[in-house]
Amino acid sequence: MATQQVTTAGRILVAPSVILLFAWMIVPLAMTLYFSTLRYSLLDPDSSAFIGFQNYTSFLTDPDFITALLNTLILVASVLVISVCGGILVALLMDQPVFGQNVLRLMVIAPFFVMPTVSALVWKNLLMNPDSGLFAWIARSLGFSPVVWFTNYPMLSVILVVSWEWLPFASLILLTALQSLDEEQKEAAQLDGAGPLSYFGYIVLPHIARAITVVILIETIFLLSVFAEIYVTTSGGPGVATTNIPFLVYKQALLNFDVGSASAGGVIAVVLANIVAVFLMRIVGRNLEG
Amino acid sequence: MAMKQSIQKRAGVTILAWIVAFLIFFPILWTFITSFKSELDAIAMPPKFLFFNWTLENYAEVQERSNYLRYAFNSIVLSIGANVVGLLIAVPAAWSMAFAPGKRTKDLLMWMLSTKMMPAVGVLVPIYLLFKNLGLLDSLWGIGFVLMLLNLPILIWMLYTYFKEIPVDILEAARMDGASLFNEILYVLTPMSVPGIASTMLLAIILSWNEAFWTLNLATSNAAPLTAFIASYSAPEGFFWAKLSAASTLAIAPILILGWFSQKQLVRGLTFGAVK
Repeated sequence: MATQQVTTAGRILVAPSVILLFAWMIVPLAMTLYFSTLRYSLLDPDSSAFIGFQNYTSFLTDPDFITALLNTLILVASVLVISVCGGILVALLMDQPVFGQNVLRLMVIAPFFVMPTVSALVWKNLLMNPDSGLFAWIARSLGFSPVVWFTNYPMLSVILVVSWEWLPFASLILLTALQSLDEEQKEAAQLDGAGPLSYFGYIVLPHIARAITVVILIETIFLLSVFAEIYVTTSGGPGVATTNIPFLVYKQALLNFDVGSASAGGVIAVVLANIVAVFLMRIVGRNLEG
Repeated sequence: MAMKQSIQKRAGVTILAWIVAFLIFFPILWTFITSFKSELDAIAMPPKFLFFNWTLENYAEVQERSNYLRYAFNSIVLSIGANVVGLLIAVPAAWSMAFAPGKRTKDLLMWMLSTKMMPAVGVLVPIYLLFKNLGLLDSLWGIGFVLMLLNLPILIWMLYTYFKEIPVDILEAARMDGASLFNEILYVLTPMSVPGIASTMLLAIILSWNEAFWTLNLATSNAAPLTAFIASYSAPEGFFWAKLSAASTLAIAPILILGWFSQKQLVRGLTFGAVK
């Protein structure tokens, strides 16, 4: 039977991908789980021993962990609010028939393609430097004293940089969703005399609600793992003011060589991400049926 | 059009739109302009916007001082190499899921997607230790392998959505004519889906080019791509803004151009088809 052949071939052809992804994710994850139950320092690997949940209890009761967890949540929530609200406004604006629409769209999407290390360093120096940065010049011209961004408001500074990176993403996705809005529906609302606000609330918002959900979920997954921006600007400081979970795990593993504790942190990060992932998968899965 | 906007209102919206777009784009433009300044002009107060001595010397110096080309070479090799290999693995898999689906195909797709949701820190420790023991730290092979695996689910997903749009009859016709499976994929499916494959590649290359967790953690010098090269400017000596800007411009220009071409596919690829 030809179909039997095709089915067999299908299994064989999909196998390499499955094996590779399995080896890439499940095996290391199992190792992380295993390491997280060990007392295991790279400085003294011979003395490693099974210690059960001690890494978790010490990680979870470490004040740095609580700070890092809060920082992670603050970072994710702030960037989400800024990029989604800003993204809706930008998308509404770009959806208007204005002169040079295509050029505008290219300008708006551009920051998304800038590598994180570049965005972070350009913002930190060229824009936010308190002596010669552009923001300092604007503040002085308006008669204010310049803000010492990364020293006095480290978290806010990181949030601004990351928001700039993700605003274009939200704008692009929401614009795509807006453009599929029915022209007739727009006109009908117009004829019924809907004002701009009720038009937005009753027609536009319900139409792009799903896209907003998708943006929120995808951004959350990426924002939970923000690393490079912190690595090149604040190194998690001052103190632990901008240390998020990924940075804390990195610090434990590669700077303090504490494999056991870092692994426990990694497991916690996975659990956090999975809570979000479940919702995203449900939406994508529903789409797959249709 | 039923809506008749007054010219004034339309002009207002246009101006507003241009201001917003300009502000969003400004940091990139500012970096570009600064890259042509002397170091003194770069930190001048008040800032010099257009009237200064434009110079190319930063570009020369970036190459001379830190061997920019080697990092660029690594970035190119990694982002293209990893995804070409990825494509060779992903095309057969996507074919199989689009045209020979089994009962478990949907679960399999969802599982592949779920691997993308796993935060990198969850597997940083074992991968780092494994690489250390295998001597793969700071090697193009090791990092390329990781970048390939990072993109594999996205490659398969995007290709799957493109393949789904190809009528299955055409492939069956080729099969009736006695084409082997290999020929069917190579000579019938692939040419028909060139646009889909091209845009998939484009998105994958952009993602690899900008990947900055694994490249920062696994590469130190020999295999370091541009992400790590730029990161070395975080602990600079002396005046460096103009050089940072020149290096940044070089690092983002190629991908910015590729990115502009792939906007539409970006939406599809990054939302896994949930927004079209």
